[in-house]
Amino acid sequence: MAPPRNRRPGFSRRAQYGVFLGYVVTVAGALVAAILLALSTLDPPAFAALRASVAEVTTPISSGLSGVGHWIGAIPAGIGDHFAVHGENMALRKRLADERALLLRARTLSYDNRRLLALLHMRERIAEPVVTARLVSSSASSTRRFAILNAGSWQGVRQGQPVRGPEGLVGRILETGPNSARVLLLTDPESIVPVRRTRDGLPALAAGRGDGLIDVRPVALASADFARGDVFVTSGTGGIYPPGIPVARVLQRSADTGLARSFAQPDTLDFALVQRAFMPPVPPVPGPDPTPAPTPAPASVTRPAAR
Amino acid sequence: MRTVRGPFDEAPDRDFQRFVPAVSVMAGSSLTLVPFVAAFPCLPPFGLLMLLGWRLTRPERVRVWTPLPLGLFDDLVSGQPLGCAMLLWTVCFFMIGLIDQRLVFRDFWQDWLVAGGAIGACVVIGRLVSAPLDAHVDTALLLQGVVTILLFPLAAWLCAMFGRSEEDA
Repeated sequence: MAPPRNRRPGFSRRAQYGVFLGYVVTVAGALVAAILLALSTLDPPAFAALRASVAEVTTPISSGLSGVGHWIGAIPAGIGDHFAVHGENMALRKRLADERALLLRARTLSYDNRRLLALLHMRERIAEPVVTARLVSSSASSTRRFAILNAGSWQGVRQGQPVRGPEGLVGRILETGPNSARVLLLTDPESIVPVRRTRDGLPALAAGRGDGLIDVRPVALASADFARGDVFVTSGTGGIYPPGIPVARVLQRSADTGLARSFAQPDTLDFALVQRAFMPPVPPVPGPDPTPAPTPAPASVTRPAAR
Repeated sequence: MRTVRGPFDEAPDRDFQRFVPAVSVMAGSSLTLVPFVAAFPCLPPFGLLMLLGWRLTRPERVRVWTPLPLGLFDDLVSGQPLGCAMLLWTVCFFMIGLIDQRLVFRDFWQDWLVAGGAIGACVVIGRLVSAPLDAHVDTALLLQGVVTILLFPLAAWLCAMFGRSEEDA
């Protein structure tokens, strides 16, 4: 490459000052950037409004592209279905016959379960869906694992609500804009979900690793054995995630920390269901706290005024 | 089709050409908008790649403060903490400026080496800033860095194409 021209742009004072001013602005901007970086590291939701407004503009683009992609991607599947439909029909009929007995048994169990719950007077919270929407894009070049959801506060999406797919838990809402929301995926290195093992109810924490897998760590100090194929579902502890949503399956036998893969694979995910937070943050309890104490004082002050 | 401009012809309208570097870098940053939910960091930082391409092949087309607004845009769409790309890209420009003073005549391989250093530093420091230290992202990050460095000739070629179309006008 030819040597770049001398940084001094000639004898014009004006041009020289312009270059100097450029450097001053850049250094000042770099300092501002360092402060912004420190702020957003210490307080991650600090600039949520800025990001949400940009996502507001970009989400329709992604969602349009996604529509085109789904349309094109459906063509080979459509051709394959056309030829495979006969064999699939046979297989499905056979499976239906096989599962009829299982279904009857499950119906009986479900009836029993409902009756027993009524006997116990247990109050069940039903996980109401808020909205169903597509996950349209993600932070593919960053080490954090965020996805953008094509629905926002206008559709009733609020911060902290759990997001699930058809197979299992996807993550939770981190920031919302009017028409888009940012979802913290299960595999993000800063995501932690309280779970329990379906086999024996062992309580554990499912923490994202950042590489698409999940670490499952037991809550108790006693060492736990994780067998291959152990299934973990949400336990409902913490109040964000409703209990019983499938989270992850352990990949290999290990002690202490189990390596697991989530049931909902976001890269194959098309629709996501946003649910209400299992137990929304309770309002401050009115009780014997310092707030009622000052009330007699104004009363004694107002009494002379009333006379 | 190339027409030679005579000495008394009007100068071409360059209003749009001024924004070509910025637009190409922002388009590179916006590649995160493709409808795909990634399970690990697999997309190279194309915004940084295009910016380095412009800085190393056409240094007269970018100002020293260019990385500030472009980095802000990249931070807003990439999911990194705000200020990360702003700061790192600006520091990269300062470093390349220092190298410009020392190493005046460079060939493409040396440019590639400089870009590789800048990309490696940005990717590694970006990871240290955004993800906790015990996250298992280092293998994916190594892959991402290597792929990005290997893509630098493509970015340089693109910048040369865009830059040449201006000279032809």
